[in-house]
Amino acid sequence: MIEVENLTKLYGRRAAVRDVTFTVGEGEIVGLLGPNGAGKTTIMRILACFMPATSGVARVAGLDVFKESDQVRRCIGYMPENNPLYHDMRVREYLKFRARLKGLSIQESRARVDEVTERCGLTEVSSQVIGNLSKGYRQRVGLADALVHQPRLIILDEPTIGLDPHQIRAVRQLILELGKDHTILLSSHILPEVEMTCQRVVILHNGHVLAADSTQNLQQRLTGASQVLAEIAAPPDELEACFKQNQDIEYHDISPADSGYCRCTIVPRTSMDLRPVIFELVRTHGWCLRELTLSRHSLEDVFVHVTRPERDEEES
Amino acid sequence: MHNYLILLRRELGCYFLSLTGYVIIAGALILLGLGFAVMLLAYNGDTIDVPLTELFYGTMFFWLIVLVATPVITMRLFAMERATGTFETLMTAPVGDGQVVLAKFTAAFLFYFVMWLPLAGCLRLVHHYTAAGLGFDWWPVVSTYLGILLIGSLYIAIGCFASALTRSQIIAAMTSFAIGVSLFLLSFLRFSVGQRSGFAAQVATYTSMFDHMEDFVRGVVDTRHIVFYLTLTGICLFLTLKVVESRRWR
Repeated sequence: MIEVENLTKLYGRRAAVRDVTFTVGEGEIVGLLGPNGAGKTTIMRILACFMPATSGVARVAGLDVFKESDQVRRCIGYMPENNPLYHDMRVREYLKFRARLKGLSIQESRARVDEVTERCGLTEVSSQVIGNLSKGYRQRVGLADALVHQPRLIILDEPTIGLDPHQIRAVRQLILELGKDHTILLSSHILPEVEMTCQRVVILHNGHVLAADSTQNLQQRLTGASQVLAEIAAPPDELEACFKQNQDIEYHDISPADSGYCRCTIVPRTSMDLRPVIFELVRTHGWCLRELTLSRHSLEDVFVHVTRPERDEEES
Repeated sequence: MHNYLILLRRELGCYFLSLTGYVIIAGALILLGLGFAVMLLAYNGDTIDVPLTELFYGTMFFWLIVLVATPVITMRLFAMERATGTFETLMTAPVGDGQVVLAKFTAAFLFYFVMWLPLAGCLRLVHHYTAAGLGFDWWPVVSTYLGILLIGSLYIAIGCFASALTRSQIIAAMTSFAIGVSLFLLSFLRFSVGQRSGFAAQVATYTSMFDHMEDFVRGVVDTRHIVFYLTLTGICLFLTLKVVESRRWR
């Protein structure tokens, strides 16, 4: 659905996006993830035909975004950052205006506007002036606008920014529902957001793609070295000796906890699960165990791992 | 064409469904009424042998309205869209840049025309009270409106251009006001050139908008003036289009 090859965008001499390549398949929900200023908005603006790239190719549904921009714009529903709307218009009036502008006939637009108002939960505010709506409702108006012409691809730039937890949940639910019959590209710097809605993630940093993979694969890449947390009631020096003897343990850290327990962080040498080993150890010594957890890496860890400052130094 | 009409409707709605449009009309009406009152007080009871429109033009309120109202009408066209970010939603819909520029220009121009309609009402009032048989000539009124529309189209086009340049409405208004006033002041260059002939004097005479309008209010329709305003309007709109397109190569 989206093919981006060696995309570069220069603002003056500063590169906002450098040599970015990624693809999005039909029907996927893909997240563009990165800290602020990573180039997410720039990529989305290029895909939505707002501005062209300095070099490189971007295609949507097989059409070049610069050369066949008119057709491309017809098959994209785009919601820009901060969701700009005409605050002096009424919800229904605005959606109708947008539907007509996107090439729907009067009858079609009436039917589609009815459909999207209901789908986005705007029925009770459809005759209100947009400027008087709460931020959550405005966000839904923006979403309704993006999908009013039944686009094949929906591009959402920071769809949940500035919403309260309830509203975020509602928008997320809506995006998941839309993902059933649309391809969606969304951007965010909020990790749980992307983790929950997207099947695939493209991580951007300083205009580069650092990683592009499914959310599961990205997590697995790091769980290769998954550590185990344990709280054991035992003398620290005995514990220390036991861990040192064990061939499977690469690294360990012991710190005293309350009521005679020791908090241990243990990292395995290979990608094995250390929990049975620890349990066996505790059992043979007759110690007491009150916690044993495999700490799973969240996307946040992946994100921090790939975008941490050392990487910049390595590159330069 | 289809998109042009939809955009035009939206832009007109912006003027007529909100308070701003009526505030501008009210402001223009105050100035118009002042000019009209000044004229009536000055010539009350006199027998006059020039068209009423020429007398009204002589009060100079005409230029005040044109110079002040046009920047106010046009300042929001592009600047506001840029400031609120709706420019991005607009330009990522399948519409051409030219359609957007033309629709915005037409809407502002139509609004400007509506703003001037009360003048006809004022003149009608005088017509009502002039003794029958003395005759009230409507032809200069028609040519005056032609002049108003031609000068208006140029000033609205200048306003469009200024508004497209920036995201601040104030800066847009100040820029178009500055350009507009400079163009108007060029009219007076003719006086300093005086009786001299030659290229400079000819240019000064040709570009003197003050004189153009003087012809129109007398009932004289000179095609040179029409060509002058239409070409300048075209150039300004072309520049506006280039500014709007500039996001593609900037």
